[in-house]
Amino acid sequence: MRKLLFLVLVLVMIAPVSFAQDTVTLTYLVDESQNTVDTTTALADAFMAQNPNVEIIIETRPGGADGDNIVKTRLATGEMADIFWYNSGSLLQALNPSLTLVDISDQPFIENISPSFLPTVSQGDAIFGVPSGTGMGGGIIYNKAVYEELGLEVPLTWDEFVANNEIIAEAGIAPVLATFGTGSTWTSQLFVLADYYNVEQAVPGFAEMYTANEVDYATTPAALAGFEYMEQAYTLGWFQEDYATEQFEPGLELIANGEAAHYPMLTFVLSTIAANYPDQVNDIGFFAQPGTDPEANGVTLWMPAGTYIPQTTEGDELEVALNFLAFIASVEGTEVVTEAVAPQGPYLVEGASLPEDVLPAVQDLAAYIERGDVYPALEFLSPIKGPNLEQLLVSVGTGQMTALEAAESYDFDVERQAQQLGIPGW
Amino acid sequence: MTFKTVPPPKLKNRQPDTIASMYSHWFYLPALIVFGVFFLVPTALAFYFSLTRWTLFDSTFIGLDNYEYFFRDPQLTTALQNTFIYAFLTSGAKVIISLPLAVLLTSGLRLQSFFRSVIFFPVLVSAVATGITFSALMQPSDGLINLSLEAIGLPQPDWLGNPDLAIYSVALVDIWKGIGIATLIFIAGITSIPSEYFDAASLEGGAWVKFRHVILPLSRNATFTVILLSFIGGLRTFDIVWTTTRGGPGFASDVLTSVIYKQYQAGFYGLSSAGNVVLFIIIMVIVYPMMRFFNSQELEL
Repeated sequence: MRKLLFLVLVLVMIAPVSFAQDTVTLTYLVDESQNTVDTTTALADAFMAQNPNVEIIIETRPGGADGDNIVKTRLATGEMADIFWYNSGSLLQALNPSLTLVDISDQPFIENISPSFLPTVSQGDAIFGVPSGTGMGGGIIYNKAVYEELGLEVPLTWDEFVANNEIIAEAGIAPVLATFGTGSTWTSQLFVLADYYNVEQAVPGFAEMYTANEVDYATTPAALAGFEYMEQAYTLGWFQEDYATEQFEPGLELIANGEAAHYPMLTFVLSTIAANYPDQVNDIGFFAQPGTDPEANGVTLWMPAGTYIPQTTEGDELEVALNFLAFIASVEGTEVVTEAVAPQGPYLVEGASLPEDVLPAVQDLAAYIERGDVYPALEFLSPIKGPNLEQLLVSVGTGQMTALEAAESYDFDVERQAQQLGIPGW
Repeated sequence: MTFKTVPPPKLKNRQPDTIASMYSHWFYLPALIVFGVFFLVPTALAFYFSLTRWTLFDSTFIGLDNYEYFFRDPQLTTALQNTFIYAFLTSGAKVIISLPLAVLLTSGLRLQSFFRSVIFFPVLVSAVATGITFSALMQPSDGLINLSLEAIGLPQPDWLGNPDLAIYSVALVDIWKGIGIATLIFIAGITSIPSEYFDAASLEGGAWVKFRHVILPLSRNATFTVILLSFIGGLRTFDIVWTTTRGGPGFASDVLTSVIYKQYQAGFYGLSSAGNVVLFIIIMVIVYPMMRFFNSQELEL
């Protein structure tokens, strides 16, 4: 009897070990936003269901500059997870991808990726990532119920936007929501970043000249406009009470309930609003950040983040990681994501489509895309983005700096970044 | 009684002696290695990397460019100003508040040791936890501090959101947290004053005489220690500033260390090393003369 018991015990102890030998475990480092976690969890679960011998463990990290720091440090010290989720565009360029990431340009699944995405995850001929999640529009999220109640129309120029805000303020509603609290300062950047469609209309080819150090923000009126919008928002008192300490997620309640009318933001907030305020999400719409010309009104488009493999991933793990990337970049992968997270914009995978019942604000965005009135954000066209933009815009938005001072300061910030990246001409 | 003079050691005996005395020096080695690996080498490397453009993967020597960029930073003036405001304010307040507290807590109060623990308690809480807690307490409309002020009808400032106020609010948190240590040092200083002085003072007058003519002059060493420690701590403060405001709103409560950290975060590794060297020099230049002065004024009890 005791012998049998012993045997059973030994078997129980050995079984998981022998089983584990066939299992390949991948760690997947992602940012901690609900959206990203839900997307990656859905992808990992679906992939594990198809491949029983694979285990994918999702690890989270903070977003924003703290997260950039973690990713850079872990890559530099060779401690990176087997695969990781990170922005495409200028932030990826700052990771030195040719030295740190696995080139996937020879993989067959590259053909599934929309060609417009590839430049944002490439350096030279090498390609490093697959589009993960959906692209996003940058512009103004607004409360349609407020607009209906006050009989307002979607503004096509900044002056119309100012006029609308006057009426909204008179009705006792905060015209613009701002969330400048600790850890949410990144939300201050939209007036400048989402204005890039308008900058490009006024100064065609701005991105290229900007990368070559031929134009800057302080002396290009169209580019300075974004900073001036922030200054105007402060001087006209558009922001809600306590905006300097308001945090991003709690702030969304104000726009969902119609206590604030506009929120300059990326459409990725829609899925957060859908999750936290399901009854109000259909009141939320989206329009392009208005500029000077009503004829040239369009949306600045953000590319999805990418999933990348660091060069420290080798052997079985590398093989499984490549298969997982192929899955993410497939129509099937996008369907898995759609089921888990309300889509916030287009997929950059060939053949992928959005369901009929997408959120109203995403339909608003889709209309701009169908008309072709979209242009990628500057950070996908140029590797240079200064790290201090968010604090500078908070300074303008709290009345500590003028638009011009902030733009000059930002140009200095950009100069340091360009030199750090070793870009010729700086 | 006669004293016998000890003959001087003969020359041939000298060698084994030297070896014997050298032998004990080997015990310094472990400490030296630890100090070298974890302090000396990184410090020397930081000086070198501050002269390079460094990506963590490779570095290019660029001379003093990083220093030029560091001093050209338009936010540096605010940060320097804030650093000094912060250091003066916190070290001053800690002395002014802790000394009377220490006097009270050495006067044989009932529940004295209980009160000592209460005062010391904030020291035990981690700075990050303190920062996060206070940023919640200092929320303008639903934070506990302003709710209490509202209840008794006082004005409710936006502690951390008002750019003119933010650095003072953060300093307030630091003072709350640092009082315990300062009080402890003062208590130690006061209890080490020989009791004869107190006996003499009690013939001369009451509590005021005791405080003014015994405690105040004779706890001078403790005062110096408190000022020095909290001043250095104030100059290189980071954790509380970062967890309450991250230097914001905008750059309103930036201090030197938070500027340097943001540069590091941005990936400007060479530049932030230069910033750290500058910080090191600033602290040295200010604190070394202070220390010399205090040492020359030290009392022998």
